[in-house]
Amino acid sequence: MTASIVAENVTKKFTIRYHRSIKEITIAAARRQPLSESFNALDNVSFTVEQGESIGLMGLNGSGKSTLLKLVNGIMRPDQGKMLTRGRISGLIATGAGFHPQLTGRENLYLNAAILGMSKAETERKLDSIVDFADLGKFLDSPVGNYSSGMFARLGFAIAIHVDSDIFLADEVLAVGDKPFRQKCLEKMQEIRDSGRTLFYVSHSAASVRRMCDRVLVLENGKVGFDGDVAAGIRYLKYDDASGEDPADSELEDEMGADI
Amino acid sequence: MSDTERAERRRDRRESRRQERVKQREPRFVDAPLAPPSANSGLLEVFRRRYLLSLLVRREISARYQGSFLGLFWSYIQPATRLAMYYFVISVILDKGIENFAIHLFAGLVIVHYFTETFGAGTHSIVRNKALVRKMAVPREMFPVASMLTSAYHVIPGMVLLVCFCVGLGWRPDPVGVAAVLLGFTLVAIWGTGLALLFSAANVFFRDFSNVVQTLTQFTTFSVPMIYPYSMVSERFGEYAQFYLFNPMAEAVLLFQRGFWAGTTKDVDATLVEHFPKDLFLIGFAHVAVALVFLVFAQRAFTRLENKIPERL
Repeated sequence: MTASIVAENVTKKFTIRYHRSIKEITIAAARRQPLSESFNALDNVSFTVEQGESIGLMGLNGSGKSTLLKLVNGIMRPDQGKMLTRGRISGLIATGAGFHPQLTGRENLYLNAAILGMSKAETERKLDSIVDFADLGKFLDSPVGNYSSGMFARLGFAIAIHVDSDIFLADEVLAVGDKPFRQKCLEKMQEIRDSGRTLFYVSHSAASVRRMCDRVLVLENGKVGFDGDVAAGIRYLKYDDASGEDPADSELEDEMGADI
Repeated sequence: MSDTERAERRRDRRESRRQERVKQREPRFVDAPLAPPSANSGLLEVFRRRYLLSLLVRREISARYQGSFLGLFWSYIQPATRLAMYYFVISVILDKGIENFAIHLFAGLVIVHYFTETFGAGTHSIVRNKALVRKMAVPREMFPVASMLTSAYHVIPGMVLLVCFCVGLGWRPDPVGVAAVLLGFTLVAIWGTGLALLFSAANVFFRDFSNVVQTLTQFTTFSVPMIYPYSMVSERFGEYAQFYLFNPMAEAVLLFQRGFWAGTTKDVDATLVEHFPKDLFLIGFAHVAVALVFLVFAQRAFTRLENKIPERL
């Protein structure tokens, strides 16, 4: 097996600045208040993901999931330690970020595909399939600024999912869109996983992690709290809570991964 | 059977199904080395992804005049009115007795405007593209470079007007003049890119830098031989005039005037002797060399600042 994502003692420090202007800084210094404070969003995180594995990244809000994803994606660099990846990365992170509201869906499609690393030929080859998936109909050639939030998300999602990558990152993406669209997305993600690509999936929904992943990584205050089997990971987070669960509720969740 | 038992059994079943699935799956073979995911070859990376760069430039251009009735026509109106204003004040009111002063002025205006546009728009470029910078893995040098190219595109209308005026006055392109224009343009493009890089990153940390840039660009108009001829500078300062030429924008303006204005005067040779420094081209090449050194420095500084950009935006 070959390693797909390797994190070695990765630490990412963030600085909170309380005061920015010269006036604020002077006053704060005179009152002996702290000017800034720093904390580790990720603290000495190490793990290895093999090619073809699908990892569920879980943890409470503010535990560092999104920061870790940004490091894997290459948006940020670790302050200490090493982050290494193999092959092309794409993902459903901030789909539609960088859409220009004044440009049409089609123009934004080309631009967004290029940002995700697709060439012109590749975009044109996949154009029909993307347009099909986004299902925008006649709105494809009107400015994105006039889109509904669902249409906006569908277009972003359709482009991202068509990037031919080796590592696929997904961050709580299914929160938007109607049920048929979410169903379509989940199927597409399963397809991605079954094609042997590495899947890195951030979610709060135990059901969808159970369905999609074969290993769970739990972050706690920037540290790896748990790394291993899915069921044990969910139990570790106390997300399963099986006995008290309303059967109807759990059924619903199982069906679609409701609150993702 | 109790609820817990049922839940457990369900979990077991799910588990075995999952393991089945994992066994069936074949990991795809990836023919690539294990490498850091963030691009860090700087400007080289930008030119490797030319296609994306061209799309970004096209986006800037088409977004600029979106919803405007006259559209690109504004790119002709603005330089023309600027020219008319300067010409009226300086040539009609403060008559300096210089041949074809309008061309002398306009050649300078075109290149100075290119510089101030690149510097100004470039400084804002990263903050303006916040959404992309924070969320997508794009080489960030892309944005200042795209600003530089967009500004270059908007130089075209001014150049068209300039060439039309010159041809109307009997100007014909000469090889030395064309070389001078190209050299001047290159000089400004490199300085503009370097400054845009440096200030775009700095502007993320303190928005004060966009005010600094505004202040700096105000100097540009008066620190170049545009509304006054170079001959006045050399008369007033004598041998110290060479220090005046340390300003790359002054040199670029002179190169542009060499290319356009000099050719429209009656006695070109006399003009060259009277209104231009002796080693115009030599100084130009020296400036390009300095500009390249500055560009390398700007890139280094940018790389150092870049790490903190996503969190400070």
